Amino acid sequence: MSTAGFGGVLYWARRGIVDQHRWMTADEFNETYALCHFLPGPNIVNFSMVFGSRIRGIAGGIAAFAGLLAPPTAIITILAALYARYGEIDMLRRILAGVSCAAVGLLIATVLRMMTPLIKRRDVIGLILLVAVLVAIGLARLPLQAVLLVAIPISLAVTSYMRRRISA
Amino acid sequence: MNPNGNPIWTLIWTFGLMSLFAIGGANAAIPEMHRIAVDVRHWMSDKQFADIFAISQLTPGPNVLIVTLIGYAVAGVAGALAATLAMCVPTAVLAYYVSGLLARSGHSRWPGLIQAALVPLSIGLMAASGLILAQTTDRSVVAVLMTAATAILTFTTRLNPFWFLLAGGLLGFAGVI
Repeated sequence: MSTAGFGGVLYWARRGIVDQHRWMTADEFNETYALCHFLPGPNIVNFSMVFGSRIRGIAGGIAAFAGLLAPPTAIITILAALYARYGEIDMLRRILAGVSCAAVGLLIATVLRMMTPLIKRRDVIGLILLVAVLVAIGLARLPLQAVLLVAIPISLAVTSYMRRRISA
Repeated sequence: MNPNGNPIWTLIWTFGLMSLFAIGGANAAIPEMHRIAVDVRHWMSDKQFADIFAISQLTPGPNVLIVTLIGYAVAGVAGALAATLAMCVPTAVLAYYVSGLLARSGHSRWPGLIQAALVPLSIGLMAASGLILAQTTDRSVVAVLMTAATAILTFTTRLNPFWFLLAGGLLGFAGVI
C-alpha cells in the first residue's frame, strides 16, 4: 500500500482497510484519521501506528508503521543517491525544475481546498490567523516553534471564546 | 549545538523536535526544513531544496519522505535513516498514547476544540510552504503559468495529480520552463 499512491497514501489506505479487508468501518476510519490529523507530525504515519495497534496491539502498530515507511524509504534513498551523483546534469535539472513547478501548484491547490470551508463559514478570525502565520513563516521567515508557541494559545483562546458565545 | 559535532545527532535533534511542531503534516513543516537546511545550517542551496521537494512529490509514499532526502544529503544512508526515524517515531508514539487515552476517556470536547483551533494555523503553514517554494522555482513566466495552471486545474477538477507532475517534467525536459 505504501508505494501505491502518488501524491498521498490516504486513498489507498481507505480502500484497503475499509473496502477490501474490512478491518475497520468507514466511521472508525474517519474517526481515527481525524485524531491523527490534529496530532503533530506526518498524519498517515501516525495513522498507521494507531490503526495497527487497534487491530493487534503494540506489535501491530509497529508492524504497520514499518510496513508503511520501509519500502518508500528504501526507494527514496536510492533516488537520493542518484541525485547526489547525477544532480548536476543539465537535463535532469531542467526536468526537476519543471516537476517542482507542478508540485508547488499541487500544494497551492491543497491549500485552496482546505481554505474553502473557512471562507464558506465566513470564519474571519480563522482567516486572520491563517494570514498571520503565512506572513510570520513565509515572509518574515521566523522559526516555527516560536511562531506556534504564540499562535496556538491565541487560537485556542479565541476558538473556545467563540464557541462559548455561540452556545450561550 | 557544536557545529563540528556528529551530523547524525544534529539531524535527529532537528527533525525530532520539528516533528512535534508539524501540525497538519509534513507539508506544514517545509518552511522550517527550508530555513534550517538552507539558511541556518547551509546543508544545501535553495535550488537543491526545490529539487528534493520535486523528488519527494514524484516518489510514491508519504510525503514526509522529503526529510529522508535532506538526511541523505547531509550524511548519506545513515543520515537518511536517522532523519526519517527522528521525524516519524516521536509523533507515532504520541499518537499511540493519545489514541489509547481517548479510547478510555470516551468523548470529551477537547479534541474537537483543539482541532478547530489548529486548522487555520496548519493551512497558514502550508500556504507559507507554497510561497517559499514558489519563490525558488517560479523564476520564469512559463514556470509561474505552470504552477498557476496546476493549482487551478487541480482545485477545480478531479484529475490525477500525477499528470501535472509528468507535464511539468516534460516541459522542463523540452527546456521551456
